[in-house]
Amino acid sequence: MKKTLTTAAALVLAFGAAACGTTSGGSGSGGGGATGQAGSFTPPDVPMKKSIGTMEGQVNILAWPGYAEDGSNDKSVDWVTPFEKKTGCQASVKYFGTSDEALTLMKTGEYDVVSASGDASLRLIASGDAAPVNTKLLKSYADIQPFLKNRAWNSVGGQMYGIPQGWGANLLMWRTDKVKPAPTGWGAVFQKSSPYAGKITAYDSPIYIADAGLYLMNTQPKLGIKNPYALDQKQLDAAVALLKQQRPQISEYWSDYLKTQQAFTSGDTLLGTTWQFIANLAEAAKVPVKTMLPSDGSTGWSDTWMVSSKSKNSNCAYAWMDYIAGPSANAQSAEYFGEAPANAKACDLTSDKSFCTTYHAADKAYADKIWYWTTPIKQCLDGRKDVTCTDYGQWTQAWTEIKG
Amino acid sequence: MASTGVLHRRPGLRAGLLLAPPLLWLGVAYLGALAALFVTAFWGQNSFTGEVERTWTLRNFHDLITIGVYRTVTLRTIGIAALVTVVDAVIAFPVAFYMAKVASRRTQGILVVAVLMPLWASYLVKAYAWRGMLGTGGLVSWVARPFGLDTPGYGLTAVIVTLAYLWLPFMILPIYAGLERLPGSLLEASADLGARNGTTLRRVVLPTVFPAIVAGSIFTFSLTLGDYIAVKIVGGANQMLGNVVYDNVGAANNLPFAAAMATVPVVVMLVYLAAVRRTGALDNL
Amino acid sequence: MTFSRGLRTGLLVFTALALALVYTPLALVVLNSFNTDKSFGWPPSGLTLEWWGAAAQSEGARAALLVSVEVALLATVLSLVLGTMAALALQRHRFFGRNAVSLLIILPIALPGIVTGIALNNAFRTIFGWELGFLTIVVAHATFCIVTVFNNVQARLRRLGGNLEEASMDLGAGTFTTFRLVTFPLLRSALLAGGLLAFALSFDEIIVTTFTAGAREQTLPLWIFNNLFRPNQAPVVNVVAAVLIVASIVPIWLAQRLSGSQNEGLTGAR
Repeated sequence: MKKTLTTAAALVLAFGAAACGTTSGGSGSGGGGATGQAGSFTPPDVPMKKSIGTMEGQVNILAWPGYAEDGSNDKSVDWVTPFEKKTGCQASVKYFGTSDEALTLMKTGEYDVVSASGDASLRLIASGDAAPVNTKLLKSYADIQPFLKNRAWNSVGGQMYGIPQGWGANLLMWRTDKVKPAPTGWGAVFQKSSPYAGKITAYDSPIYIADAGLYLMNTQPKLGIKNPYALDQKQLDAAVALLKQQRPQISEYWSDYLKTQQAFTSGDTLLGTTWQFIANLAEAAKVPVKTMLPSDGSTGWSDTWMVSSKSKNSNCAYAWMDYIAGPSANAQSAEYFGEAPANAKACDLTSDKSFCTTYHAADKAYADKIWYWTTPIKQCLDGRKDVTCTDYGQWTQAWTEIKG
Repeated sequence: MASTGVLHRRPGLRAGLLLAPPLLWLGVAYLGALAALFVTAFWGQNSFTGEVERTWTLRNFHDLITIGVYRTVTLRTIGIAALVTVVDAVIAFPVAFYMAKVASRRTQGILVVAVLMPLWASYLVKAYAWRGMLGTGGLVSWVARPFGLDTPGYGLTAVIVTLAYLWLPFMILPIYAGLERLPGSLLEASADLGARNGTTLRRVVLPTVFPAIVAGSIFTFSLTLGDYIAVKIVGGANQMLGNVVYDNVGAANNLPFAAAMATVPVVVMLVYLAAVRRTGALDNL
Repeated sequence: MTFSRGLRTGLLVFTALALALVYTPLALVVLNSFNTDKSFGWPPSGLTLEWWGAAAQSEGARAALLVSVEVALLATVLSLVLGTMAALALQRHRFFGRNAVSLLIILPIALPGIVTGIALNNAFRTIFGWELGFLTIVVAHATFCIVTVFNNVQARLRRLGGNLEEASMDLGAGTFTTFRLVTFPLLRSALLAGGLLAFALSFDEIIVTTFTAGAREQTLPLWIFNNLFRPNQAPVVNVVAAVLIVASIVPIWLAQRLSGSQNEGLTGAR
């Protein structure tokens, strides 16, 4: 008797708790959802900050490693401490390895600002986790390169949802002493039986499917891919097939800089997709590597600092965004990370005077050749109305299948 | 003074008072949390915004069962867990036997400390140490080269080696405790009755110590089943069950599907626990 | 069983080899803390004390260490209390559902950490509406630490039998006095063993902690996790780990000494 009573009571309690819990983010679901025209949607109604008040004394930053250096990694690399001194906002920085991780962390509501790439930014906007940004409150906004403003991944209907940080391309890197002759393009990682089988690396996120899509776009025009993020089911299947073919030749899928650098150093990985930052690290460690941006283009990322709709330190958050997008901090962070800075004035402040030229910072034509990370959605991003494209949920499932 | 006997005379009340706080904690908080998670598995998700939609659906479980890769991953993980358990048992038993039956009292103390110390070194650091050792040109390669072998590199073998290494103390300790309880006189009697060492081992020692071995296996099995970190460090491009759960909590922010996937290791462990309960292993943890 | 010379030597050699295997990676960690190569190449390209110097100054590491110790202490105390209560209840009384309670206590450690982690995270945030932080970590850790104390105490109680307590009652001592003067002293070494294991479990726990720690709190494993990421910090992490390995000798040895009576030691062998 006691046992059944206790069990029953426990079950009732448990289910009661369950029914109350697991909220679905109420306010966002009102106008949310990916409805609307091709590639556009109606974002939920999140209030925009009207004015800056007194600083709250702290700010929680979520950043790509390398964007918000506070001297704890390298004493000479620090642009967070000057910010803390200037505004009195003590900054705590948390790093993430992929946009997916960033999204999960933002959902907890504990972070005030995040450096979001294009594949995260739209999801943050649609779910109501990111608030529209009042660009009038940001002095640095005026100096941002015009071709980074009001783009598909950082704005909706003309309303900006963040302030751009910088952009870059996914590069092909290889060990010059072990990979001969030097690769000429992405074919080197996608070819059927590579001489470097088992030593190739790729980025560990479903968004990498777009790289396969890009390769197919250039090598198999019959598939009709116009935008690597707008893949209908047939095109997705082709990309998945290509990636499954690549899978046995992969040494590791990476999302962690140090592991990638270690792998290139020890020779466990000899070529694959990386970022300039990793190449810089490897070169600093005297590992013989070289990078290239293949002529038929590449995927890349354009990052935007966004503010959380649940932020409890919104004044400090705006202060951070204004600071990091300002010429001095932008120059430092972009140069350290190895990307093109978003602030036009930053180019005068980089320690390497030819930095901006190397990274094509003001070169709109070059910037347009890169297919920036964007969240795939059902409405085809290339404008096609007659088919439904696959969305990120399907890409995620496909990615699990590819890894096997 | 009348109250002093109350609790003694009312064992039920005493039991209730004693049990209430732990039960409240574990029963309500923990079980409730598990139930809430399980309930989420029946809900859907808006794949664009990542919001959990409370629409009841069996979609997650349907996908789990029909899409092949999840079966593959589950079987692979169970296989790895089984191999890790076997490897640990094979290494732990002789060590524990030496500690319990052969070593002197002082050596015993030292050995216990020696076995426990690695538990204090961070899991992550140990895993990265193995990454360094198993890499091309690493320590393992260095040692194996003169014999004409080479490092297995990053992959499933590396995962098994690393996990077996990490959980070894959890297997040694229960077996040691179990062997300690085995009276030496029993072994002597067996010898007196004419049994050779092998027979004694097979007919006397192993049956007595079996529950302890199973107790250790609960740790190694469950720890391996849910692990997602070691495989990312030494596993190369492979993925295990824990990774699928972790990726779904993170990647598509698909908590419902992650919850559905999470029920798999829970079910496996519950079945395992039910199966081993009869061996008395649960008293040996 | 005859313990011939051959058998003894064989076992000794095997044990020595096993221990060598166990300590090689740890030795490598200590070696790498002196390695000039930041990505731990093998063989080490050179030796340096640079990382030890950096670690000594690392505020992040110190803060995280402090948090870890505090969390582990609190979690251990909580689990000592709850575990003992549960063990007393289960061992001294018969009631239906005994096995179910037993299973319930084992569950947090038998189920994979990631399941416990996301379940608790979900519950803390959505059902209880708590903000993730220091307390949520303690709660989560105590949950799976209860079992180590429970097992040790239960085993000891089983061995002791109830006679001593009954005798005490017969002599006129109340329940609490009996516990204080009779039961507790007998349980001491079991509590110590259970508590030490609980402390170790909590100290090195990463998976559940990842899901239940907030933005600003970092336990040592979390700090290590975040810093293994960062090229200049990775060697410092090795230093921290090396220090931990060496420093852990003290408490373990102490505990072994203190509980050395009755040939039981830390395993709480019955």
